[in-house]
Amino acid sequence: MIIAHCSVFIYNRGMSITLQEVRHVAELAKLHLSEVEEKLYQVQLSAILDYAQRLNAPDTASIPPTATVLPLHSIMRDDEARPSLPVADILANAPARADDAFEVHAVLE
Amino acid sequence: MLPNLTIHEAHDRLTRHEISSVELTQAILERIDHIDPALHAYLHLARDSALRQAQEADARLTHGEDTPLLGIPLAIKDVICVKGLPATAGSKILQGFVPPYDATAVTKLRALGVVIIGKTNTDEFAMGSSTENSAYGVTHNPWNTNRVPGGSSGGSAAAVAADLCLGAFGTDTGGSVRQPASLCGVVGVKPSYGRVSRYGLIAFASSLDQIGPLAKDVTDAATLLGIIAGHDSLDSTSMPVPVPDYASHLRSELKGMRVGVPKEYFIEGMQPEVEQAVQTAIAVMQSLGAEIREVSLPHTDYGLPVYYIIAPAEASANLARFDSVRYGLRIDRDDLWETYRATRGQGFGPEVKRRIMLGTYALSTGYYDAYYLKAQKVRTLIKGDFDTAFKEVDVIACPTSPTTAFKIGEKVDNPLQMYLSDVFTLNQNLAGICGISLPCGFDGQGLPIGLQIDGPAFGEETILRVAYAYEQATDWHKQKPVINVK
Repeated sequence: MIIAHCSVFIYNRGMSITLQEVRHVAELAKLHLSEVEEKLYQVQLSAILDYAQRLNAPDTASIPPTATVLPLHSIMRDDEARPSLPVADILANAPARADDAFEVHAVLE
Repeated sequence: MLPNLTIHEAHDRLTRHEISSVELTQAILERIDHIDPALHAYLHLARDSALRQAQEADARLTHGEDTPLLGIPLAIKDVICVKGLPATAGSKILQGFVPPYDATAVTKLRALGVVIIGKTNTDEFAMGSSTENSAYGVTHNPWNTNRVPGGSSGGSAAAVAADLCLGAFGTDTGGSVRQPASLCGVVGVKPSYGRVSRYGLIAFASSLDQIGPLAKDVTDAATLLGIIAGHDSLDSTSMPVPVPDYASHLRSELKGMRVGVPKEYFIEGMQPEVEQAVQTAIAVMQSLGAEIREVSLPHTDYGLPVYYIIAPAEASANLARFDSVRYGLRIDRDDLWETYRATRGQGFGPEVKRRIMLGTYALSTGYYDAYYLKAQKVRTLIKGDFDTAFKEVDVIACPTSPTTAFKIGEKVDNPLQMYLSDVFTLNQNLAGICGISLPCGFDGQGLPIGLQIDGPAFGEETILRVAYAYEQATDWHKQKPVINVK
């Protein structure tokens, strides 16, 4: 039955999101997309989001959301000083560095 | 042949000084040189450090030391940090990244004197069901090299199946240990959420990810799980509960065990040979003394849409850290924003970008309630199904995957068809329960079929016990692939 439902999901080519929205989401996600990618993701995301409409079927008015399955809340470790990793080890993976810091373009002009 | 050994067999020989860890490690490395060009299970071989670790293990063995893993060659999925070895997560964006620390699971393994052979292939950031999403090329299934090994822990599953290590670790966010274990004919465990520390695991979906073992038999899986399990102060989502001695609780009968069979997991469209093999396996469990009961998990069908909202939403947040500042690829542009966009646009592959887009959309203003919050509420219903079922039964038995290994390339152009490969393994992650996949037969083309046994949260002891009893009554796990080395 799952597979039967999913054939709807696969062959539904309705465009529930616009190209404008695709560009907006790519901007939020800081992803450069080519025009071909924008169109492809418009089709694929529309199909997936249409399929997700099925989630409207069950009544969840009185159902709390599950963000985590664990009965744990606000876990804190004791605030004890420990040695950090050596700066040189951390900077070894940096794409660009200046002295003991990561080098980046200016954040504020 | 040494690489054929299980961990417990090798351990017996090592402690009796019949073989050395260096001999065992060299035999594994030679077999990798011979076989892995046809499989591509490994992304990185740690030849020198492996032999050094083997020598150290031999010295400890000579002094009469004994741990369950002393001198045992293991493989680690490339999303888990091993200090000093590359960790790419199957992505170009992490090409050249060498973590300066070990994951907690790796720290625990090192303390027992393991030999780390190398890092295994994975779908990029563990997003996929076939390893075809790896930026470094697909892994081939040892049972038929034209087929996928499953995924995302396909490299680890193929390495275990082909005797290119004695055991391995993978990660399971929606089936990524169990499904490749099923498709490659090995044993794979998805621990309960919170059972194993995620510290040092490159995060995909933080409320779902768990590290789990892949092994040649249930005894080895029990040993490997017991070592990595337990509370870790470096992971606030690891549960402070004791870890049973899994290996010592294995029994070969099932008297009094209540096995639930969910009707929603035997569906139209699944491969008939898979259904038949799993039904036969359930009959075997009954003959071992288990009581078989039909159970219902009525919200099963919602698992796929819930998962494909929640996992991408969490991924879109987790993958924001790949910003070309502290590690990984940088495509330099005139300003910071363009550098971010160019780096992420080129560094991430198509499936990762698809999921970041989907997750960002589901979390964005105006859509959060309709998609993300709604999915979290339906997640509660899915978890409730399992809570209800486990009041009546001890474990649930069902197929791991609706089909055996599919052909390389068959599903790459249709992401939604690919997502269906995980239709029987997503809900266990959403509910946070534990599951194991173990071999239960072959289809007409000689491809392995997997039986899934699920248990309640922190019920690993029970699923391992049931799996062990089934395994002792069958010999599927002893079958070995004949690998076509071109």
